[in-house]
Amino acid sequence: MQRLKQLYDWLDNRTGFKEHLREVLFETVPGGARWRYVWGSTLTFTLMIQFITGIFLWMGYSASGQTSWESVYYIQEHMTGGHFLRGLHHWTAQVMTVLLVLHLMQVVIDGAYKAPREINFWFGIILLQLVLALSLTGYLLPWDQKGYWATKVATDIMGSTPIIGETMKQLVLGGADYGHHTLTRFFALHAGVLPLAVIGLTVGHIYLFRRHGLTPKKPLKKADEYFWPEQVLKDAVACLAVLVTILVLHFAFNGAHLDAPADPSSAYPARPDWYFLFLFQFLKYFPGHWEVLGAVVLPGIAMTLIFLMPIIGKSERGHQFNVGLLFGILAFAGILTFVAVKADRNNPTYIASKEQAAREAAIVKELAKGGIPPEGALALLQGPKLFAQHCASCHTHGDENGLGNPVEKPSAPDLKGFASREYLTELLHPERFGSAKFFGNTAHAKKSKMHDFLQDEFDGIDDDKDLRADMDLLIKAISAEAKLASQSKLDLEDHEAIQKGRELFDEIGCTDCHALGGWNADDYSAPDLTGYGSREWMLGIVDDPAHERFYGKKNDRMPAFGKDEKLTRRQMERIVDWLRGE
Amino acid sequence: MTNENENHSKEDQPDRRQFIKGASCVIGAAIGAVPMAAGVRVALSPLADKEAAEGGAMIRLADLADLKPGVPKKFAIVADKSDKWTRYKDVPVGAVYLVKQKEGEENPVVAFNTVCPHLGCFVDYRKEKQDFFCPCHDSNFALDGKLKNGVSPRGMDTLDVELRNTTEVWVKFQRFKANSKNKIAIS
Ligand code: FES
Repeated sequence: MQRLKQLYDWLDNRTGFKEHLREVLFETVPGGARWRYVWGSTLTFTLMIQFITGIFLWMGYSASGQTSWESVYYIQEHMTGGHFLRGLHHWTAQVMTVLLVLHLMQVVIDGAYKAPREINFWFGIILLQLVLALSLTGYLLPWDQKGYWATKVATDIMGSTPIIGETMKQLVLGGADYGHHTLTRFFALHAGVLPLAVIGLTVGHIYLFRRHGLTPKKPLKKADEYFWPEQVLKDAVACLAVLVTILVLHFAFNGAHLDAPADPSSAYPARPDWYFLFLFQFLKYFPGHWEVLGAVVLPGIAMTLIFLMPIIGKSERGHQFNVGLLFGILAFAGILTFVAVKADRNNPTYIASKEQAAREAAIVKELAKGGIPPEGALALLQGPKLFAQHCASCHTHGDENGLGNPVEKPSAPDLKGFASREYLTELLHPERFGSAKFFGNTAHAKKSKMHDFLQDEFDGIDDDKDLRADMDLLIKAISAEAKLASQSKLDLEDHEAIQKGRELFDEIGCTDCHALGGWNADDYSAPDLTGYGSREWMLGIVDDPAHERFYGKKNDRMPAFGKDEKLTRRQMERIVDWLRGE
Repeated sequence: MTNENENHSKEDQPDRRQFIKGASCVIGAAIGAVPMAAGVRVALSPLADKEAAEGGAMIRLADLADLKPGVPKKFAIVADKSDKWTRYKDVPVGAVYLVKQKEGEENPVVAFNTVCPHLGCFVDYRKEKQDFFCPCHDSNFALDGKLKNGVSPRGMDTLDVELRNTTEVWVKFQRFKANSKNKIAIS
């Protein structure tokens, strides 16, 4: 204790901090500590949370078209505590918006903007706008569907401002289109320019607040008190309540949402974050070139009126007008928000596309677990998307179309886990081969040679251990041809079984129709199983299933995607890589 | 109760004031600690990362015919690699020197990791001086990898070499801990 005191004195001797501390702590609170004075402190507190969590998020964030979503995904899903950190940052931003409005209401109702506090009021209004700008810029940074489309709308509004609009938009985007520099610029604004401005203005705001003292709410209830400790405790308790609210929101909503990566080619219902929803709704009432009115002119007038409050409020009448105006704006915004939310709730298209977006987000996050290619996570989603578009009119992938939707009338085999041991175990079961999941709806169903062969050779496989063992050897051998990354270890371990399976393949007569190594058109009548399920084999069959190496003339309805130029080589690779889990 | 009374009564309650002070400090510290702890936890998460495991597999690098006896030749190691979220296919992850030995030596080919065992700089092969030389702190090594002079704690790191089908040179690429007396593989 003695030591501490010494250190304290030593420091004070050199910095004189005691006096400043005293000044801060022993500020007079006229009429004693009250709960209604806590708003400013809670805002400072949320600001502090944002600075801290923001800097730590910064350590993991990488702003570019191929890394923004990916790095946020990585923070959120792979870094210990990342999910919580991002949730904290996100929900604090939401709570902050509410606190801003509450603080503004308190100031206006109490007339705290009146002389000599006009400048401080203006500081506050600018701070409000800066914080909204922080929200707007932060919304884009994850570069997910939600942020991308909302920001696109916001910047397009900016672009429709007469005369300066286009120039401003181009400056903000860092070019004519969205890309790397949009992200780097937004990030510089979000983590550099705006926070610096906020710090500067907050210091000014608090300094001016201290200079003029707080505006006491009449009638005073008690004698004057010092700020420390009564008001400090109230402030601390209020901040605690704010923190608890943030935590509750975080846990209730399971952190911050991350949509699928931004995709300019996919439909997505763009909506701004909830606190801008009223503006979004407002715009709906201004068709065509009237939009400027709703987007710029009217909000501009409202802002100007708010700015002029200290001057309007000089008289009692003016003050009443101000209070009325603020409540009017808030009520109006509230109603518009309600209308917007209700419209979306009753809009099946909106709900459907939201659900689809959520499914795609889940799919891409699942795929990303295996690593993301350098082109970015959007490339991961190309496989299932192309499958849904081109293959899922006949094929399924685990009963779905690749994007989590049912397939209307599947008529070709399910391809999930294609060529894997599990897949073949089911496919080569005498009862399953001709089922709807595999060839049941094709020409290779019940009456084919293959079907008969399985029936003859492997009938009763479920009860006969020897048959089962033989089949397992065959399966290991055929599946090894695929060289699936997920099976590479197993294939290496089982090389003896695989060799035996290859011999058996010949012995029991598979080679009467299928080749397993050394295919030629004259000797084999059924699809070549050399490299069955490998990348090369699959690209081949997608390219031209009617090639002699595959189904030849027996090909049943499957288009030649490559040969007939329905898909590019790159697109076929994306589908195949996805099916093979690469 | 009048104001004075209240003020007065408070002064009579040093315990209450003490409690308020204490509570303010405790709450203040607690609410500040939450975002701080949340951030520090994430910042420390790399400590749980394991070394990238791209090393260890045998890689085919050259044919015996590509090498001249006693003349080191540099080969880039191209392999798959993952870096945080990104999975790269076939990117350079390091390099080795292959030195073909004279007829009759025990190993037909010797392989060295090009990384200096001192502090990880890239070691050069100097043709005119017939040695390996690290440009960072001037360690130099003989062509058999032994330390000639300099600050490096050990000679250059050799890698396992296998000759397959009599002419194919396969190398097991590994990394080793820097600046330690012993050669300790870290991947
Ligand atoms: S790093 Fe090579 S001598 Fe220091």
